[in-house]
Amino acid sequence: MNYAFRLFVTFSAGEIFELKAELNSDKKEKKKEAVKKVIASMTVGKDVSALFPDVVNCMQTDNLELKKLVYLYLMNYAKSQPDMAIMAVNTFVKDCEDPNPLIRALAVRTMGCIRVDKITEYLCEPLRKCLKDEDPYVRKTAAVCVAKLHDINAQLVEDQGFLDTLKDLISDSNPMVVANAVAALSEIAESHPNSNLLDLNPQSINKLLTALNECTEWGQIFILDCLANYTPRDDRESQSICERVTPRLSHANSAVVLSAVKVLMKFMEMLPKDLDYYGMLLKKLAPPLVTLLSAEPELQYVALRNINLIVQKRPEILKHEMKVFFVKYNDPIYVKLEKLDIMIRLASQANIAQVLAELKEYATEVDVDFVRKAVRAIGRCAIKVEQSAERCVSTLLDLIQTKVNYVVQEAIVVIKDIFRKYPNKYESVIATLCENLDSLDEPEARAAMIWIVGEYAERIDNADELLESFLEGFHDESTQVQLQLLTAIVKLFLKKPTETQELVQQVLSLATQDSDNPDLRDRGYIYWRLLSTDPVAAKEVVLAEKPLISEETDLIEPTLLDELICHIGTLASVYHKPPSAFVEGSRGVQHKRLPPRTGSNESVESPESTQPVVGQSADQPPAVIPSQGDLLGDLLNLDLGPPASTVSSGPTSTMQMGAMDLLGGGLDSLIGTSFGSPAVMPASLNAPVGGGLGDLFDLGSNVGIPCGSYVEPKTVSKYPAQCLLFSLRFSLLKYQPFISYLTISSSQVCCGICEE
Amino acid sequence: MIHSLFLVNSSGDIFLEKHWKSVVSRSVCDYFFEAQERASEPENVPPVIPTPHHYLISVYRHKIFFVAVIQSEVPPLFVIEFLHRVVDTFQDYFGVCSEVAIKDNVVVVYELLEEMLDNGFPLATESNILKELIKPPTILRTMVNTITGSTNVGDQLPTGQLSVVPWRRTGVKYTNNEAYFDVVEEIDAIIDKSGSTVTAEIQGVIDACVKLTGMPDLTLSFMNPRLLDDVSFHPCVRFKRWEAERILSFIPPDGNFRLLSYHVSSQNLVAIPVYVKHNISFRDGSSMGRFEITIGPKQTMGKAVEGVLVTSQMPRGVLNMNLTASQGTFTFDPVTKLLSWDVGKINPQKLPSLKGTMSLQSGASKPDENPTINIQFKIQQLAISGLKVNRLDMYGEKYKPFKGIKYMTKAGKFQVRT
Repeated sequence: MNYAFRLFVTFSAGEIFELKAELNSDKKEKKKEAVKKVIASMTVGKDVSALFPDVVNCMQTDNLELKKLVYLYLMNYAKSQPDMAIMAVNTFVKDCEDPNPLIRALAVRTMGCIRVDKITEYLCEPLRKCLKDEDPYVRKTAAVCVAKLHDINAQLVEDQGFLDTLKDLISDSNPMVVANAVAALSEIAESHPNSNLLDLNPQSINKLLTALNECTEWGQIFILDCLANYTPRDDRESQSICERVTPRLSHANSAVVLSAVKVLMKFMEMLPKDLDYYGMLLKKLAPPLVTLLSAEPELQYVALRNINLIVQKRPEILKHEMKVFFVKYNDPIYVKLEKLDIMIRLASQANIAQVLAELKEYATEVDVDFVRKAVRAIGRCAIKVEQSAERCVSTLLDLIQTKVNYVVQEAIVVIKDIFRKYPNKYESVIATLCENLDSLDEPEARAAMIWIVGEYAERIDNADELLESFLEGFHDESTQVQLQLLTAIVKLFLKKPTETQELVQQVLSLATQDSDNPDLRDRGYIYWRLLSTDPVAAKEVVLAEKPLISEETDLIEPTLLDELICHIGTLASVYHKPPSAFVEGSRGVQHKRLPPRTGSNESVESPESTQPVVGQSADQPPAVIPSQGDLLGDLLNLDLGPPASTVSSGPTSTMQMGAMDLLGGGLDSLIGTSFGSPAVMPASLNAPVGGGLGDLFDLGSNVGIPCGSYVEPKTVSKYPAQCLLFSLRFSLLKYQPFISYLTISSSQVCCGICEE
Repeated sequence: MIHSLFLVNSSGDIFLEKHWKSVVSRSVCDYFFEAQERASEPENVPPVIPTPHHYLISVYRHKIFFVAVIQSEVPPLFVIEFLHRVVDTFQDYFGVCSEVAIKDNVVVVYELLEEMLDNGFPLATESNILKELIKPPTILRTMVNTITGSTNVGDQLPTGQLSVVPWRRTGVKYTNNEAYFDVVEEIDAIIDKSGSTVTAEIQGVIDACVKLTGMPDLTLSFMNPRLLDDVSFHPCVRFKRWEAERILSFIPPDGNFRLLSYHVSSQNLVAIPVYVKHNISFRDGSSMGRFEITIGPKQTMGKAVEGVLVTSQMPRGVLNMNLTASQGTFTFDPVTKLLSWDVGKINPQKLPSLKGTMSLQSGASKPDENPTINIQFKIQQLAISGLKVNRLDMYGEKYKPFKGIKYMTKAGKFQVRT
């Protein structure tokens, strides 16, 4: 069959003519070879539609191979030649009556693939017959055909009553037919979210569970995914389903395993936690998840993304399996980054020594991205496991001594976060940091360094010189650094007013007069006004005690997490976004929710609540400080709040962003802006403001103006930054009329904040 | 479900496309090419790539990217598993899965893909069913077909397709009835600088080659089944029986198949069969570095360690290496900086070693990273976890089959940090 290869190179008009002649040849063998040549060129994307009539003429034959080849051709080109395609209908209808089930199935299968409206009319009768065919092979093929037809002409399928026939097939005696019927119904249901096609009741669930044991691996996936949509009536039913699904965890096909994990994770939500079976189930879940990590790297990646969710929901499942997440140096980069993230989630006092040793090892690897994340991870460990903070800091200092540029910069960024978590504890390292000032060329690292200098200005003798050195190229710096520099110098001024008056004048005029950046000007004006009207208040505001940063700022918001748990194994779980957010054509997808727990008393000591470090996050919203956009925090405070409560000058929310980076790996742009916002609003933004704003501007329903201290997560995740910013700017307007511009579009502002 | 499939070679050309629903334009692959360009190595191309209207899910095997295009919410693992199955099938049919083999057999490839997926739903993926539908090309069959005009396409419904044992066809006949089982264990380990084990785990499989007449029903029992607490079975294994009695009971597929795979995790003690003594040092300011490694057997239960191959990616600053090996041959590629030392068999009386100096880029500071040493080896007649088959019995047929069991341990990802 080497001729196929030749075809890749040349294909001229002369050859088309030659092929035409061969296709119309009397010799069967010649015909077949000609059709093969046509198919071969089709597979490489060459246009052979000109041969349509000649190929279709070959269709009426006893030779099955020839028939299949012609069908292959038809499926590809019928759409471009609808009138000609009608010629094929008769043969299809005849083939649907053939005594050989293989041919009947082939005909109904191919017909469904011809996406021509005129043909679908003729398809209905043969399809109806095939759905009731005595041979299960034909029935199972016909079931899929209904889905195909629905895709082309949904109304027709409903009018002809095929959906009911399909529903009946769920009770078919053959498991493969059941599986295909479920698959077809699920696909149809996807485009009709409210149609209630898969009407699951205990009887049908029982049938599905029976078929589950007997059908092919792919069928098992369809059935498991369908089962996951069912909500059991009570915990006993839930347990009995779990019992029958558990054997699937030992399947060789990883997709089956993950779908089974989904069903179990969802249904175990209903089981009382004090039940023996609950504990047993938890134990059973760990080994299959670990096994997924020994598969091919692509499978590992998807598994890791899902494990990331599972670890957040039920950390107890994998808490002893830290070692399997250790990185091998020839893992693909996308696997390495995911493993790193999970390692940090699993880090606890018990295993921190091991984890740190590993992280230090990773920090000397070749891949720059990976090294950076490893350094960040060390910082996250310090923040997460208090007992390890000291070791983490000394590890970071060791790394700074290597003088590898990007390692140093990354280390400084995380040390800043450590300072924010443990203030006044490790400033002895500042001297070492200052040595590396000149090598910093990334905005984030520069900003972090400036924050440190400003924050500890009173203990750094030459703080003014250091900051002044940054000021020289003020306009070439990124906004992040500019904002930070402004705040740091104001702090310095408040701490050492005598020597730094000139410096603060300089920075304020740079920020307010020479800058085009509204955020920077805003901040500059506010500081200026504060300093000139009431220096004492300024001190109280700017040097106020800051809330500590939380270790779990990177957790997925609990309602979203619960929804994602219902979508384990799907694309949603890979992107950590609900399907409604990105899947095309999912018109009004219903949000899935975990079933409520029944019959359990939550007060019973559960394994989760005895897990102090990570565990609490599963059941309660994490206490996240409003580190997202500290700019917001400061300004709000300045304007409305009692000066003592929040921050000025917060460094940008690198903690949160860092976490996001790790989580997202290459995908962080996707996870996007809506992700980092499980926000609890600063308490100071109180009701009158929200109300006043609502009055001022009819912002409509989509921008949820927060009227209390806590905002519904859903609203927040949509427009957190905008609405805050709106309220902010307008309230400023009320009190400080000299800020006269309000022209910034909200999207621009939003971006500014999220990129911080 | 799976919409389309594109096969892309490492130079970024699409050499085959197949659509199961409407035709998706090739231009969708541009997003894939972008990702491919961004990745430093082909292995690093992310497996799931979003585009405005589709998702691209790919696997990379045999230097070919298999890129599936999907449009709706589909379990990615489902797609990846399927793609791997496609590759396995090609390999099974053509001996190798290469661009040339696929192009040579493009029609069979097309027929196979059509048979494996219908409207994006998997249809027949079991190799023995496929082989009944589409016969694998062989030189002999091609000749016979040209002479007699018969075809490669079976015209009967495969018997296994709908039976309770879909993995086995009926009417199998052999003159020599035989059943062979290979217990193969791969040991993955990370050993740190000081020689202690960071992680170690065993991935084991039992591969079988069963050529038995009729419908044999086999049972396989182990001396120490408790080792197997994390197992994945071929669908033929009766799970209930395993749960209750820890006995494998199954009607085997015909021919080669993987009966089960298992995982012995780091919690259990995993024996480390080799050790490496190393001394690799770079000095600041000097343009020379020292390199010395010795490899020796550790816990091998008295079995010989063979096929030892040591590879290491040296830092970029290393210009060349001047080494002597006490046995075997070594190469150092100054471009890729890959050191590879083919040791062969380890003689415990005279341990193989590789010593010498490295010349470094003069003037540059010493390399930041330490090279990791990768070791491959094989140990015949030993399953390192200690797993042993107790007995194999056959029911349901009258003849006496020939039975055989082989053990082997190999290095998987066995890495020593320096």
